[in-house]
Amino acid sequence: MTILADAIVIGGGIHGCSTALHLCRAGLKPVLIEKDYAGRHASGVNAGGVRQLARHVAEIPLSIRSMDLWERIGDLVDDECGFESHGQVLVAEDDGELAACAERVADLQGRGFTHEELIDGAELRRLVPAVAETCPGGVVSRRDGAAQPARTVAAFRRKAEQLGATIREGEPAGHVRREDGLWRVDVGADTYAAPVLVNAAGAWAGRIAESLGEPVPVETVAPMLMITSKVPHFIDPVVILRGRKLSFKQFGNGTVLIGGGHLAVPDQDRGTTILDWRRLAESARTVFELFPVMREAQILRAWAGIEARMKDDLPVLGPSARHPGLYHQFGFSLHGFQLGPAAGAVMAELIVEGGTQTRIGALGIERFRS
Amino acid sequence: MNNAPKRDAYDVAVIGAGPAGLAAAATAAKAGLTVLLLDENAGPGGQVWRAITSTPLADRTQLGQDFWSGEDLVRDLRESGAEVIHRATVWSLDAALEIGVSVGGGSAFVSARRVILATGALERPFPIPGWTLPGVMTAGAAQTLLKSSGLVPDEPTVIAGQGPLLWLLSAQILRLGGRIDRILDTTERKNILGALPHAPAFATSPYFRKGLALMREVRAKVKVVSGVTALEARGEGTLSSVTYRVGAREETLPASLLLLHQGVVPNVNLAMAAGVAHAWDEVQLAWLPVLGKDGATSVEGIAVAGDGAGIGGAEAAALRGRLAALAAIEALAPAALATLPSVAGVRAALVRAERGRPFLDLLFRPSRPFRIPADDTTVCRCEEITARDIREAVAIGATGPNQLKAYRRTGMGPCQGRLCGLTVTELMAEARGKTPQEIGYYRLRAPVKPIALAELAALPKSKADTEAVVRG
Repeated sequence: MTILADAIVIGGGIHGCSTALHLCRAGLKPVLIEKDYAGRHASGVNAGGVRQLARHVAEIPLSIRSMDLWERIGDLVDDECGFESHGQVLVAEDDGELAACAERVADLQGRGFTHEELIDGAELRRLVPAVAETCPGGVVSRRDGAAQPARTVAAFRRKAEQLGATIREGEPAGHVRREDGLWRVDVGADTYAAPVLVNAAGAWAGRIAESLGEPVPVETVAPMLMITSKVPHFIDPVVILRGRKLSFKQFGNGTVLIGGGHLAVPDQDRGTTILDWRRLAESARTVFELFPVMREAQILRAWAGIEARMKDDLPVLGPSARHPGLYHQFGFSLHGFQLGPAAGAVMAELIVEGGTQTRIGALGIERFRS
Repeated sequence: MNNAPKRDAYDVAVIGAGPAGLAAAATAAKAGLTVLLLDENAGPGGQVWRAITSTPLADRTQLGQDFWSGEDLVRDLRESGAEVIHRATVWSLDAALEIGVSVGGGSAFVSARRVILATGALERPFPIPGWTLPGVMTAGAAQTLLKSSGLVPDEPTVIAGQGPLLWLLSAQILRLGGRIDRILDTTERKNILGALPHAPAFATSPYFRKGLALMREVRAKVKVVSGVTALEARGEGTLSSVTYRVGAREETLPASLLLLHQGVVPNVNLAMAAGVAHAWDEVQLAWLPVLGKDGATSVEGIAVAGDGAGIGGAEAAALRGRLAALAAIEALAPAALATLPSVAGVRAALVRAERGRPFLDLLFRPSRPFRIPADDTTVCRCEEITARDIREAVAIGATGPNQLKAYRRTGMGPCQGRLCGLTVTELMAEARGKTPQEIGYYRLRAPVKPIALAELAALPKSKADTEAVVRG
C-alpha cells in the first residue's frame, strides 16, 4: 500500500526524532522510519554531553541555538530529559595547553562568541576540586551540562508521535527513490511517498547519500563508554581533557561515566560492536592518575554506539546539492547529541520556509563536491 | 598477578568448574590439548558439588551420595594435566575468543581456539512483597553456607517455594540439626496434571526414588503446607514474620529467616555478552542458548555445556561437558578420538540422564503470580523499581527491557540484570500482550562482572607487554 505523507524522515536518532517533532510543530505530518527502535544506536547510548565547549567554529551558531532549546527542553518535549547544567570544563594539564586555550578563547571572542571562558588554576580547582594540583587552568562553558540520552530520544520520539508523526520502528527503509515528483521509501509491505525526504540515518546515512549520487567521505565508528560503581560525590561539571582522550561525568547517584572517544570495532551490518578493552584500559589509567578519589571504583558496564564520522569532523546539514526535496542531517562525528534539538528546528525551517536564520552554511553537503 | 594463566593462548578454555566444566576440561586435556579451566570459586565442584574438596562435613550421609559422586570427576581433572585457576573471574569474552580474566587483583587476556562455557545456573528471581528485607535469602545462598562452613539455621526459619533443591536443602539442614519451622510449598496443583504424561519416564529415572525419599524424610520432621498461592515477608528493618495464603485462608508465622527458592535458570550473562544467540523456552520459562550439535552455539568456536545450556541436572551436565570437549577434540586433534569413549555412547547416556527432566520442568513450573508480581513488589533491587513503575513505563512507551533502561534504569545496577531480568521480560510481555521472545532481554556485554578500575588501569598495554609481564 502506498501511504502519502508530508515528509519522510529516515532514522530514529535524536536528529530524526527532533526533525519529525519540529515538522509537526510547523503543521506537517511526517513519517519517521527506524530500522531498530528510536535511540537504539549512538543517540541513545552516548555520554549525554550537552556541550558548546570546544566546538568547531562552523557549528557554534547551531550549538548556541540548541543550548537555548535545552534550557527549556521540558517545554519542547514534556520531559526534562535528565538535563542538568553544571557547566563543562576543559582541563589544561600544562602551560603549553593553557596557552592554546587562551588563544582559542581570544579567537572566539573576536568572532563574538562569549560562551567559553578562560580560567586559572584556582578557579579550575574550585569547579573541579579533585583535579591534580599540577593543572594550571582551562576553559569553562558555564551553561553546558549533560542529559540522559536514551530518555531524551524517547521523549522526542513520544512528543513527535503525539503531535501527529507516524513512527515506523523495527523495519528498515528500503529502495529509496524519487518517482513522479515524490520521494518513495519501502517499509515492509508499505511504500511511503512524500515531497520531502530527510536523511538522518546516522551511521547508515552515508550509504543512502551515496545511493542517491552524493557520496561523502564518512566512516562508521563506535566510541566506547564505561560507567563505575557509586563513589562519594566529588564533581559537578562535565570534565574533558585537552591533551588526552578523556571525558568524565559524575551522576547524581554517584556513578561516574568515563568516555573520551576511544573506539570499539563496529559491525555495521549486524548493528553490534566489539569493545577494545586495551583502549578502555587507557581511559582507566588516565582516570587513575588524575582522580585519586576514583581508585577504589569498580567498572560496572561498558558499551559503544555506532555512528558516522566525517573526514572533516563536521556534520552534513542542509539541502541536497543534487535533488529537490532531499535534505541531509548526519555525520555528527561524535558530537551530535547536543545539536539535536536545534538541528531539527533548523531542518524544519529549511523544509517549510526554505531558509533559516541560523548560520549553517559551512555544513552543507556541497562542500564535498570536487 | 599471582597464579596468572601460564600461556597467552590455549587450545581449549573452559569457564566454570562444576560438573560440565570438570568433565570438559578433563576430557580435552587427556586428549593432549592445552586446556585452561577458569573458575570463580575457591575449589572445584560448582554449585552442586560446592566445597567438595574442603567441606567440614565429613559424615557422608549429611550431604548425601549425590554430592560425593563429584569426587571422581575432580580426580579425573587433577590427573588430566589441565591448567586450573580458581578464584578467577572471567569478565569478558568476545567473538574473537579472547577472554578477560581477573585473578588475585590483576587481569589478563588469554585466547583460545575453542571456548566451552560451563557457567551453570542461577536461582530464578522470586519477587514477593518484602523479599529485599534482611533475613530473606535464597535457598542457594543458605546451601552455600551449609556446604562450605557447615552452618545451618538455628532461629525461626521458614522455607518457601518449590523444586528439587528446596527439598534437598531442607533434608540437609535437618540432618545437620538445623531448624525449619515450616515449609510453604508453592507448587501449583494443576502442574501435577500437566506433568502426569511424563511421569512414566520420570519413574524410570534415578531422580524418582531419590526425590520421593527426600520428601518423605523432610515431611517426617517438618510441617509442610501445600498449595500456597501468596507469600509476603514482613518486618521493620528486618524480617519478623511470613504471611501466606492457601485458598481463602491466610496465616502469619513469626520468622527471622525466610529461604526462598523457585528453581534455577541458565546463567546466560557471559554467553550473551559474547554474542551467543538465545531464545525463550516456554517450558523452562528462561532464556536458553540456541544450540547445534554437542553444545555448539551461534558464535564459531564457543560451546555451552551444563545447566547453562538448559537445566538438566548434574549428571546431564557432566555428559554435556564431555560432548562439548569431544567436539573440540574432533576439530583440533581428531587422532586422539580413537583413545576416548565414543561420542555415540556419551550421547546415549545423555538421553538417559535427561529422561526425567520434562516431568520436573512441568511439575515445578513456577506459577504466574510468583513470576510476575503485583504492583507494589520490588522487581529491580539495584534501582528499587517496582512492578508498578515498570507497568507505568510501558504505558508511556517503553517497549522492551533495553528501552526500559531509559525510563527506569532497570538492569543497569551492579547485578546486571541477574535479579530482575526474567521478571522484567515476562512482566513487559504481559503488559504489552506479547511473548517473552518478542519482548527480548537486556543487551548484555562485558564486563559481565564488575572489574576494579585500578585493575583495568594496570592492564598491560599491548600484547608484547602482556607477555613480558606473564613471563617475567
